[in-house]
Amino acid sequence: MLFRLFLTFAKIGAFSFGGGYAMIPLISHEVVTSNSWITMDEFVDVVALSQATPGPIAINSATYIGYKVAGFWGSVAATAGVVVPSFVIMLILGFLFYKYRNVALVKDIFRGIRPVVVVLIVAAALSVVPSTLTGFVPGLIAAISTALILGLRKDPVMVLLGAGALGLILYL
Amino acid sequence: MIPLIKRELVERRQWLEDSEFVDLLAIAQSGPGPIAVNTATVTGYKIRGKSGAAAAVLGAAMPSFLVILAFASVLVRYKNAPAIDAVFRGMRPAILGLLVAAVWQVGKNSVKNRSDLWFVAAGAFILFVLRQSPVTAVFVSGLLGIASGYVSRRAARMKHEDGDR
Repeated sequence: MLFRLFLTFAKIGAFSFGGGYAMIPLISHEVVTSNSWITMDEFVDVVALSQATPGPIAINSATYIGYKVAGFWGSVAATAGVVVPSFVIMLILGFLFYKYRNVALVKDIFRGIRPVVVVLIVAAALSVVPSTLTGFVPGLIAAISTALILGLRKDPVMVLLGAGALGLILYL
Repeated sequence: MIPLIKRELVERRQWLEDSEFVDLLAIAQSGPGPIAVNTATVTGYKIRGKSGAAAAVLGAAMPSFLVILAFASVLVRYKNAPAIDAVFRGMRPAILGLLVAAVWQVGKNSVKNRSDLWFVAAGAFILFVLRQSPVTAVFVSGLLGIASGYVSRRAARMKHEDGDR
């Protein structure tokens, strides 16, 4: 199981381009769909927790899910898994860049991947709809959150924490 | 996180020059994984070789690891407590809101011309129509990027040769 956690998160880490949100479909595909380690509902909560705490979403979600699946050593295995591929690739790229200066291959790869990152985030949004759009009030919260971030340029983490506080008022 | 790293490494501790940091950041953005981890790796490597890279990554990952571990050990047991449940219920729709906002913000920066749209279409096709995994979508779009780079460079070269004739 520990090895499985490590490998799964290594796979995620190796293909995570485009920042935290773009990783969401990769993580959910492995953790919810393929391995059924947590439900989609739980995963949304993991994302929320990862966003509200310091550190990259990738590491935070690996730590949490690893812990849920296999305790302390699970969280170590998962976190190590998500970090190791980028670590290795970075050392390789660093070496290549210093030797060859211009790595056109990397530029080309990103030319293809950068636009697709948007598709990944759309996929992430679509995948969380069943767990998040559960009524009129949640819909309102979602819409207001988007408006606060895009329109009023509020910090997403603040918006998230505010929504959590709102939850206390509404649902307690 | 990047401004923090820069302030610490370049200004406070003066382990790197500004120009070195900029170059390293470019490398960090050229690979998979969290940018913070990548930046730690490359700057650590520049400052102290492989063991420096390892130490930097450990340092970068440790705080969030410990914080989440603390949260997780509490939450796994008390998630169903009314107060905690209420907070998460409030946060869930906000996550959707954050993602929708991100689609717009990232889209503005990543999809700037027609060839970008072709990649978006390809990615969407692989993900939603062919229903392949996100890893496959990323992998294939990377390959397509390489192919398109090769084709456009070849076309530019042939055009150049035609001009000479």
